[in-house]
Amino acid sequence: MTQSVVVQVGQCGNQVGCRFWDLALREHSHVNKKGIYDEALSSFFRNVDSRLMSSLQAVLVDMEEGVVNEILQGPLRELFDSTQLITDVSGSGNNWAVGHWTYGSAYREQIVDQLRRAAEHCDCLQCFFLIHSMGGGTGSGLGTCVLKLLEEEFPEVCRIVTSVYPSAEDDVVTSPYNSVLAMRELTEHADCVLPVENQSLVDIVNKIKHMSHSGKPGSVIKKDSAIISGQGGVSGAEKPFDAMNNIVANLLLNITSSARFEGSLNMDLNEIAMNLVPFPRLHYLVPSLTPLYTLADVNIPTRRLDQMFTDAFSKDHQLIRADPKHSLYLACALMVRGNVQVSDLRRNIERLKPMLPFVSWNQEGWKTGLCSVPPVGHSHSLLALANNTCVKSTFMELRDRFTKLYRKKAHMHHYLHVDGMEQGCFTEAISSLSSLIEEYSQLDATKDRLMPDAARLNIAT
Amino acid sequence: MSIVTVQLGQCGNQVGQELFEVISNDANDTQRKVYSECSSERFFNETANRELVARSVLIDMEPKVISQSIAKTAKSGKWRYGDRSHFSQKQGSGNNWANGYCVHGPRHEEVVMDIVRREVEHCDCLAGIVAMMSVAGGTGSGVGTYVTQCLRDAYPNSFILNHLTWPYGTGEVIVQNYNSVLTLSHLYQLSDAILVHENDTVHKICAQLMNIKHISFRDVNKVIAHQLGSVLQPALTGDSHGIYNRNPIGELMSSLVCHPEYKLLSVCNIPQVSSSSMAYSMFTWPGLLKHLRQMLIANSKMEEGTCIDWQVRAPSLQPEGIKRTGSHRRPGFNTSLANLLILRGKDVNNAEISGFQHPSLYTPWLPADEAFSMWKTPVPFNKYEKSAILVSNSQTLLRPLDNMVGKAWNMFASRAYIHQYTKFGISEEDFLDSFTSLEQVISSYSQL
Repeated sequence: MTQSVVVQVGQCGNQVGCRFWDLALREHSHVNKKGIYDEALSSFFRNVDSRLMSSLQAVLVDMEEGVVNEILQGPLRELFDSTQLITDVSGSGNNWAVGHWTYGSAYREQIVDQLRRAAEHCDCLQCFFLIHSMGGGTGSGLGTCVLKLLEEEFPEVCRIVTSVYPSAEDDVVTSPYNSVLAMRELTEHADCVLPVENQSLVDIVNKIKHMSHSGKPGSVIKKDSAIISGQGGVSGAEKPFDAMNNIVANLLLNITSSARFEGSLNMDLNEIAMNLVPFPRLHYLVPSLTPLYTLADVNIPTRRLDQMFTDAFSKDHQLIRADPKHSLYLACALMVRGNVQVSDLRRNIERLKPMLPFVSWNQEGWKTGLCSVPPVGHSHSLLALANNTCVKSTFMELRDRFTKLYRKKAHMHHYLHVDGMEQGCFTEAISSLSSLIEEYSQLDATKDRLMPDAARLNIAT
Repeated sequence: MSIVTVQLGQCGNQVGQELFEVISNDANDTQRKVYSECSSERFFNETANRELVARSVLIDMEPKVISQSIAKTAKSGKWRYGDRSHFSQKQGSGNNWANGYCVHGPRHEEVVMDIVRREVEHCDCLAGIVAMMSVAGGTGSGVGTYVTQCLRDAYPNSFILNHLTWPYGTGEVIVQNYNSVLTLSHLYQLSDAILVHENDTVHKICAQLMNIKHISFRDVNKVIAHQLGSVLQPALTGDSHGIYNRNPIGELMSSLVCHPEYKLLSVCNIPQVSSSSMAYSMFTWPGLLKHLRQMLIANSKMEEGTCIDWQVRAPSLQPEGIKRTGSHRRPGFNTSLANLLILRGKDVNNAEISGFQHPSLYTPWLPADEAFSMWKTPVPFNKYEKSAILVSNSQTLLRPLDNMVGKAWNMFASRAYIHQYTKFGISEEDFLDSFTSLEQVISSYSQL
């Protein structure tokens, strides 16, 4: 079995990361009643002195101590080795340049050291998961610096990045700068990016609350549903943002499920990048997750199963606000967990195909995986990752917000002050974003045109 | 004479295991001692404590499938795999042919060939090597191609038969067409013959003939194993005078692959029914052979009435002396280069096979009596009282091959996913070479 290492950077990254570990532990203890360290656990946990679940393959980085200290005092404290935590005191002041250049160079060696240690504990390291947000200073700046380090030090290991994008009403004024500067790094150095928008998470959480309060029959939310509450998990009471972070943590849990548990059609992490990324820069995958709430009924008849597939392609279940059905699919992966057969999968793909526009050269661009272990509290679940040109609109909005600030040169002096940062960084970042948008646009343009098949080679007979 | 199988990747290992199951059950079932012994000798090695050890090498780049196989067979007690006959790594090939062929293959060449050598040495006399793999993924296709190359280099005078499983048309893996094109083009140079099973076809057999409701890969693999087993189990050839053929693979090659440009073989096996209906089914040779012949010329893989197009008819014979031209080809008619008919079961000597010897079935440049061969045995196969098997070198695979190349070419035209291959050492020129060789194969078969 292969192993993965999680690198969580910044406040958001660490909060999401902790929810992930909480849920992963709960999932494994649910599945593994005897508490024996088995192969499934080894994909994320290290075995130290034969105690179950002793150390995590993680590196935690934050430039202010608040969040990490909470972790050290919280119930997960025994799982982390103090050397896995890299902290400073003053934070990055929501300044990408400080995070990337100042802290990046100051902590470079320590970070590389920690990464190497985590990698050495792995028999066969397959993937690095980086969790961070785009809008702030540490997650965005230092996080992308770590991404570059990962590429330099471990070029053969896949890098999957979960990035939380700021919503338009974000209270950090400079978030557009931070996000665009970070985007450039993501485009150049990541293998896959799973963009998540705060606004979508808010909508989903509200929807769940609405469902639970509306008292609809059959829509009772189970108390220990892994979806929104941390209850039943290791940590204590719910905090703000907890519900939203839980959703992102669930995303990670589901992506890694095939690596942690067995199934009839395994999907390894390196297969995700291989099948979903047709062109190196177009690696932004729209995630959508179902179910988002538990139904009281456990014996779900086939109709409900098909409903799960339909839901995965509805906007309510996406983690970014975009419209994939009206854009072009380049490729799509479906990772199913639970008691679902190949025939169910194929039936649903046949059913959904006509409604989803795929690019002409990839009409059958589906990659599927079946994992037999369902998540806690559900009988099955589905994660869809779509490489779709609809992300273009998210990027265009981001570019607009950036331009509004940039035109006035607002706040730029804070950035240009920093050693290593120059005007050129801004222009390069925005031009990288623009050319990315352009690549998506070109593919979009082929959408409604009937593309003829390429002329075949002529053989002399 | 013995056959060594090399099982590559998840599919190769899963199908291989079912194959040995079928063979062991078939050989144990029968009352015929000679058949049983011949089959055992061919596929198993008997150890000092009377255990049957399969003559097989198991290779995969990730450990789960092989460990499950070995555990399952050890439990069954009927036969097992050799203790040191397997090789696996921790991390798979990521559905990437280039990763399998350029990285994993060379890296593990020595260890793998060592295991093969040991297995070959256990044979008194090697009849040939059967390599089993799929073409859609990364290990079976990429590592499988590399290993076939090594086998060819190490055993230049032995027969190598590659058994390939082609994926469902509506993808299991997005880049399956690339992996398939790269595999086929390379194997065409290395292999003596390529026997193909398509998942789509086998799936239909499971659904419509065997009435399986929720078809799993295990069901599909069992059908493939049944068909492959029915070809490789002992039989009497025309001039073997009552002794089971000692050189099955060689004879298969000489009957079917008379020209290096034509190596693609397909298999048809009837009847194929669910085990519950078997007790109620009665089959006669004339009935079976009539269906089988129509299945051949109409290019249908199943014998249900609705699936066979009875409208397709063989063209009428031209008067002697007039050279037949391309006009003899009719739409929908499947022209054969060569056919091998294998009959297993009761009253086999009464079967009337002249329908398969008619020149209209065959391409004009080969005389019909050289194009057709027959093996038979009165021993029934795998619980079927009578089985008729047709191994065919014909245009059957032309359309699926053409589709596969067409889709791959379309993708290649946009250069989608190419960077995933070039980073492991496969260049665009290599792709073009592969496309060119397969277009050549398609062209040759079209003109049969």
